[in-house]
Amino acid sequence: MSDKILSIDNLNISFMTSNGEVQAVRGVSFDVHKGEIVGLVGESGSGKSVTCMSILRLLADTAVIREGTIRFEDEELTRVSKAEMRSIRGDKISMVFQDPMSSLNPLIKVGKQVEEIIRIHYPKKTKEQLYQETLELFRKVRIPEPEKRFHSYPHEFSGGMRQRVMIAMALANRPDLLIADEPTTALDVTIQDQILKEMRTLRSDYGTSIIFITHDLGVVAELCDRVEVMYGGMIMEQAPIDDIFENPKHPYTLGLLSSIPDVTQDKSKRLVPIPGSPPDMTNPPKGCPFAPRCPYARNICANEIPEFYTIDENHSSRCWLLDEEAPLEDNPFRT
Amino acid sequence: MVRYFFKRLGMMLIAMFFIILLTFVIMHSIPGGPFTSDKKVSPAIEEAMNEKYHLDDPLPKQFMDYLGNVLRGDFGPSYKYPGKTVNEFIEDGFPVSAKLGGITIIFVLLAAIPMGILAAVKNGKWQDTLMMALATIGVTIPSFVIASILIYLFSYKLSLLPSYGLDSWKGYILPVIALGGYSISYIARLMRSSLLEVLGQDYIRTARAKGLTEHQIVIRHALRNALIPVITVLGPTIANLLTGSFVVEKIFAIPGLGVHFVDSVTQRDYTTIMGVTVFYATFLMAMTLLVDLFYCLIDPRIKYD
Repeated sequence: MSDKILSIDNLNISFMTSNGEVQAVRGVSFDVHKGEIVGLVGESGSGKSVTCMSILRLLADTAVIREGTIRFEDEELTRVSKAEMRSIRGDKISMVFQDPMSSLNPLIKVGKQVEEIIRIHYPKKTKEQLYQETLELFRKVRIPEPEKRFHSYPHEFSGGMRQRVMIAMALANRPDLLIADEPTTALDVTIQDQILKEMRTLRSDYGTSIIFITHDLGVVAELCDRVEVMYGGMIMEQAPIDDIFENPKHPYTLGLLSSIPDVTQDKSKRLVPIPGSPPDMTNPPKGCPFAPRCPYARNICANEIPEFYTIDENHSSRCWLLDEEAPLEDNPFRT
Repeated sequence: MVRYFFKRLGMMLIAMFFIILLTFVIMHSIPGGPFTSDKKVSPAIEEAMNEKYHLDDPLPKQFMDYLGNVLRGDFGPSYKYPGKTVNEFIEDGFPVSAKLGGITIIFVLLAAIPMGILAAVKNGKWQDTLMMALATIGVTIPSFVIASILIYLFSYKLSLLPSYGLDSWKGYILPVIALGGYSISYIARLMRSSLLEVLGQDYIRTARAKGLTEHQIVIRHALRNALIPVITVLGPTIANLLTGSFVVEKIFAIPGLGVHFVDSVTQRDYTTIMGVTVFYATFLMAMTLLVDLFYCLIDPRIKYD
């Protein structure tokens, strides 16, 4: 995995609201390599969805990219024209959204909705080609009886089946990058598992890179190669999947890990929630955004935002506890 | 679908019965009668008239007789215009009102829907502000004021258009504007808010992520969804416009059906009151049913039975 296909550098996004400027994304940088599945993890309001929507410039008009670059293959996505952006959307980069119940047009047959994404990018394809390709996609995502299902309307499908249609749509033009914004959150667990399997098959069959947004570390463990942990509009820790679970280097990651339920665990042990709530981004904390909720916070944490500390070549974390001058006492990361 | 249709038809008949009953009872409870007038009429003449038209029969009998006549399609003679029947009023007036109303409906749809779409697509820009300012004026100013201003400007001051009658195509212009002003404004506002709501839906974001242009998104994905509430109000709007408006027909001296709605009441012309009410109610219910059936065509989620 050497060739980068997406490279986000120092991205800053704000929303202009009547209550002032909401700094949703602050200095986010990460890369996605060919065939890689990157997990973007964080709780609601951490800026993970905003980051991903900005790649395809699907943010509301009130959002402004203040700073930063998003390079995709040879193009700078923050600068390409609207027409170029449209030719990328749904063709080279596609998206699967969180709620399959509302993400399909209720008045159009699902088959037609899948055909449309092929047709607008490849208008020369014949009706028969579009139809056959759609059926093939339905088979690919394991929609039973594709010939019959082609003519169904979204309301005749279950949530899991609708998400399969969304995935079929996203795959239609064999994108280089698939952005999946919590695609399994609205589904029940067995369906979740099937959808994750589809994602893995996809990557192995097509070599598609995937950015997988979720707040569920369990899902990340099953699927991702690398994880970006976001909080308060910033990336707090980035590491390969094994390091996140075995050698976490940020108190927020620790907090997320201890709030995962474990069926093999002693039932008398309760889940440990992270106390407090995410920061107000109209007025973000001066220092580390996690400091107010962090059990290890010291004076410096509230006053200065830490830079990234490198643990190894692929693993880095924004935490003052990793500083050379940090006290060793009561420090989970330095012994 | 067929079962649903007949069920609705049955419900319409029941509703019709109660409409006739209520109108009949209320009408007879208003003081005065068709033959009460300022002039002194001798009691003998009044009695003879009442007897001729069976107005001295007990009310329940009058009601049952009327019901029987309506079932045969006979609305009876007018009490105020001797020699004329209510059926003649409807046969003469309705085509005139319906022609004017039909033209108005086409005008309303052609103006209101594009206005609403433009305002929604240009949400917050000057086009939106202009459209909604016009629509607010249209909703708030009553038709008789609009009609008077139009006549003053185009007939009296500029002498461009006739102020009454429907003798040439020019005669239709002012009544159509006066008649359709409210509906245009109302439907334009509805179209705008409905389209804005649809444009905020998740499936519109999906369409955007597919790479469609804003134009394609509005035409292919948003419009059909946004039209559903507009179609809902179209039923009663069409019924109202086709059966004529009292105000507009009075002002422009149009021999339509609308005039009878009010005149018959002030004159206590019992049969005409009943006749136009039954006619209007039937029309309104039929339009509502038509709209409900039309939903099936546009929205696959709606299935009857």
